Amino acid sequence: MSTSASKSLHDVIARNLADVPPSGIRDFFEIVSTMEDVISLGIGEPDFDAPWHIREASIFGLEKGATSYTSNLGLLGLRRAIANYVKKTFSLQYDPQREVLVTVGVSEALDLAIRAICNPGDEIMYHEPCYVSYGPLIQFAHGRPVIVPTTIENEFRVTRDALEERVGPRTKALILNYPNNPTGAALTRNDAKDIADFVSDHDLILITDEIYAELTYHQDHLSPATFPGMRERTIFLHGFSKAWAMTGFRIGYACAPPALTDAMMKIHQYTMLCAPILSQEAAIAALDEPERDIADMKSEYEKRRNFLQNSFGEMGLPCFEPRGAFYAFPSVRETGLSSKAFALRLLEEEKVACVPGTAFGASGEGFVRCAYATALDDLKEAMHRMAAFLDRLRT
Amino acid sequence: MDELLKILKNNALETPDNIAKMLNISTEEVRSRIADYEKRGIIKGYQAIVNEDVLKMDRVTALIEVKVSPEREGGFNHVATRIGKFPEVQSIYLVSGDFDLLLFVVGPDLKEVAFFVSEKLATIDGVHATATHFMLKTYKHHGVLMEAQDEYERLKITP
Repeated sequence: MSTSASKSLHDVIARNLADVPPSGIRDFFEIVSTMEDVISLGIGEPDFDAPWHIREASIFGLEKGATSYTSNLGLLGLRRAIANYVKKTFSLQYDPQREVLVTVGVSEALDLAIRAICNPGDEIMYHEPCYVSYGPLIQFAHGRPVIVPTTIENEFRVTRDALEERVGPRTKALILNYPNNPTGAALTRNDAKDIADFVSDHDLILITDEIYAELTYHQDHLSPATFPGMRERTIFLHGFSKAWAMTGFRIGYACAPPALTDAMMKIHQYTMLCAPILSQEAAIAALDEPERDIADMKSEYEKRRNFLQNSFGEMGLPCFEPRGAFYAFPSVRETGLSSKAFALRLLEEEKVACVPGTAFGASGEGFVRCAYATALDDLKEAMHRMAAFLDRLRT
Repeated sequence: MDELLKILKNNALETPDNIAKMLNISTEEVRSRIADYEKRGIIKGYQAIVNEDVLKMDRVTALIEVKVSPEREGGFNHVATRIGKFPEVQSIYLVSGDFDLLLFVVGPDLKEVAFFVSEKLATIDGVHATATHFMLKTYKHHGVLMEAQDEYERLKITP
């Protein structure tokens, strides 16, 4: 009876959902969470707490009774602050009344963006290795994910050639994520221009997830949306999780021309209604003096990035120089182990957790993701243990 | 501030090797730059941040406000330097507001500090008023919270 019941329940699950493979991170997380004293380089969020004045603004919000719904689009004050910030930082101009939508993290914004444009069978392209949700979200929207692999040879920047190879008559959009999780890659001006041209030439929509935009090292961030004609076909996604260390506030936004914003809003108003008001209050505070909030954390990340890069160099682990975000993506190919086997053995033998590159797509094979949003003392110890591990592998 | 100084201010025990890795420079350069900072008096020394409340040391610290008449030519410098010669005085600052100098004074007990104030400090020429506040508990010192709060536990692996 129970067997047939569970069988029938499996049959009940929507097919497009059942087709989505389980997360590559999930099972690894289960193993790690049972172990004690693990140094984790597997955390995709800052180790800093959100700056105090931001937390304080949220507390003050509670005190003054900010416990209600807000406009579906989000508090107008926040949308204005976002429009100002986006104009100043990205040279992109959006009307806070009609072109800015405050969401529950970029994760929600991404879901809205895809659902707003995707008809069943539409193809949406994205480059890999990439954040874990892109493919599944396209599948949830009954679209067809088209994966464009990136390689170490190009420092994980997506090339126009690779895009041209895979674009087709049903291609609707391209999802872009630079600076990139998990590789730490960032685009040059030429890359961004090539991609913008590609999107225009094929009359696509660009969904650009620029959550790590503030965290670039020795390279200025340039949004592909800034090239002529691009703004009108771009959904620009950004949020507060990474640069302000506000992951748990779950607050992000989408900026796009009114037709696209209206479409996203339609889904948002019936599913989410609005982003939590206290997080919106906190986000307003975050935009008071963003440079000050971000500068210290960024300079700390940069030192850790250098430390990791040089430590990998010392232990002979090839790693291209990460240009953005807070991830290093060293190659473990020479060990002869798969990404997963390397990560599992490193965890079991040295209690250091990093994420197998394959959790971010097949083209992540041969790499592991090490987050340097980790306290320096932990990084030192992790590098020490990793060097010992490699020494043993080599003898 | 220079990144190297920031690192040392945060952890003076950081090894030149690690600093070199963090700043993408050679270990030799780290050593020579530190030596240069020391020579130029930019780095004045290295000290541990000690939580004395835990040690239960038999000593007290007082924060003392001092009103001073500035001297012609010397301003406050003369008298401040003079006060600074006493080993009991840990720090002196010239401040704006109702008084002029702010002192941190250490002594074995309240009586000794009170004695220092009345006998030595108050009698200095130019000092015409003092107010002594004894410190009862240190919550934060040199940017370090003395009683670390439990870290809010984060997930060990996240995408």
